[in-house]
Amino acid sequence: MARDATEILKEPPATGRAEGGGPRVPALCLLPGLLAMAVFALALGALFQYSLLEFIPGSLRTGGVTTGNFRQVVAPQYLRAIWDTIALSLATTVLTLLASYPVAYALARGRSPVLRSLLLVLTLAPFFTGAIVRTYAWILVLGNAGFINSLLLKAGLLETPYQMIFTTQGVLVGLVHFSMPVMILILAAGISHIDPTYERAAVSLGANPVRTFLRVTLPLSMPGVISGFVVVFAWTFSAFPTPELLGGGRVKMIANVVKDLALDSFNWPGSAAFAVVALAVTFVLVAVVARSVERLGRHA
Amino acid sequence: MGPGWVLGRWAGRLLVAGLVAFMTFPTLVVFVASFNDTAILSFPPQGYSLRWYANALTYPQFQRAAVNSLLVTLATAALALPLGIASVLALERGRLRGRAFWAAVLLSPLIIPGVVAGLGLLILGAAIGLLQSRWPLIFAHVVLVLPFVIRSLWVSLANLDPNLERAAASLGAGPWRVFWRITLPLLRPGLFAALLFAVIISLNEFVVSLFISTRVTEILPVAMFTYVVNYTDPTIAALSALFILGTFVIVYLADHVLDMSAVFQIAHGRDRERA
Repeated sequence: MARDATEILKEPPATGRAEGGGPRVPALCLLPGLLAMAVFALALGALFQYSLLEFIPGSLRTGGVTTGNFRQVVAPQYLRAIWDTIALSLATTVLTLLASYPVAYALARGRSPVLRSLLLVLTLAPFFTGAIVRTYAWILVLGNAGFINSLLLKAGLLETPYQMIFTTQGVLVGLVHFSMPVMILILAAGISHIDPTYERAAVSLGANPVRTFLRVTLPLSMPGVISGFVVVFAWTFSAFPTPELLGGGRVKMIANVVKDLALDSFNWPGSAAFAVVALAVTFVLVAVVARSVERLGRHA
Repeated sequence: MGPGWVLGRWAGRLLVAGLVAFMTFPTLVVFVASFNDTAILSFPPQGYSLRWYANALTYPQFQRAAVNSLLVTLATAALALPLGIASVLALERGRLRGRAFWAAVLLSPLIIPGVVAGLGLLILGAAIGLLQSRWPLIFAHVVLVLPFVIRSLWVSLANLDPNLERAAASLGAGPWRVFWRITLPLLRPGLFAALLFAVIISLNEFVVSLFISTRVTEILPVAMFTYVVNYTDPTIAALSALFILGTFVIVYLADHVLDMSAVFQIAHGRDRERA
């Protein structure tokens, strides 16, 4: 059906139409792309290697093989960051899902084409503005001299600014805002693939709109919900700019620890161990949920 | 339809409007703040001025970073597009076993977290001794935009009517001539979407670039990040406003050269379905 922007985020077309699909091309054409990926894989390999090498403070040179970096990952001062990462990722994903579903539904099923394209533009616009601009905007909104505090102070509702920036809640708001566009696009693609005759059938059989939604639309949109859940959870799990700027060093997620260790302490081995943990969690999660989506798809 | 149903409809509309407001409102605040005439923010601003725009445009580090951004993005597009075309042609038409596997390999950078890719390239770049140059940045951007380039081109190629190419070949055109005169021009929508993705993603890339750039090679988002961490004045608001406007100009021009709804076909599909 519709070839939409969200297809970018999904798996590649199942097969090439090699037979009768235009002139043959030598498979060698794949080589340059694979070469680039090989260098990229080499970089990831270097990261794995460093995660197992001893850190020598004050030097970029490394010592012998050790598992100490991974033991350090669960040291008390870092456990907090790991816990915050898990909690923030879960909270962000659930809130993003709740906030995105109505918009996605309107985008897929809205009656007015004008409003639908407006919604599409407003949803896509954040894709065209980078992470720094989008996060900085929240500093202006949530900061102590920011938009909300200025208005509340001026209205006399507050005596002193209410601390929203550099708090876990502030980071959460930023993360939800950051994740909404991608969640909306994934959900909208899922909802738009539901045949509207199912919903019409439910209504004609006497189900009210709420019941129709809960018993027909929502269950049928579950594949989209689940893939949106994975993508947003995986993104948030390795989120960096939002917690870095809105957390102000007081709220740290795993990616912030990776950056601190690598770029501020020059502890590349310790940083690499954290990065490996983040990568492992991302992979496991994507694999688990991809499988459950597959199973759900077979049932539907 | 009862009154409860109508009420529910309006509640739904209000909810969607509120959520969309939540999504767009921070951007509006950036624009308002960029005209604030004092270094300390206040809403509504006490007075208006363009001094932060002047500051943003004359700050030497931003000028240097803007040049870097331009060079890195141009190089990225120039490398990623031919790479993407070659890959997609091989994936769609090559005598190839394990097509899905090779495609997954080329799309894999999508699921690598930014800090992981950044740190890996930092370690590798240090080992090779290239960190003082822009090459690690360009390489990283090419790898990061390639999945989007491949996806855009693949959709276009899969929809291309091979009879046109066969006709050209049967009329005596050699393989290269068919490619340059028939295939490539017919791929234009995909090429265009690919270019758009490459430029936008490269211009906005931040996390990986932070790890592998120096003060001399850093691109604009990295320079903006450093400024936000160190200063609180609205210079970044002005620069952000310019950045947003610049991006919109690119998208607007893109829309004129090519119908954007062909790039993002959500609405079209629905219209057809409704008809």
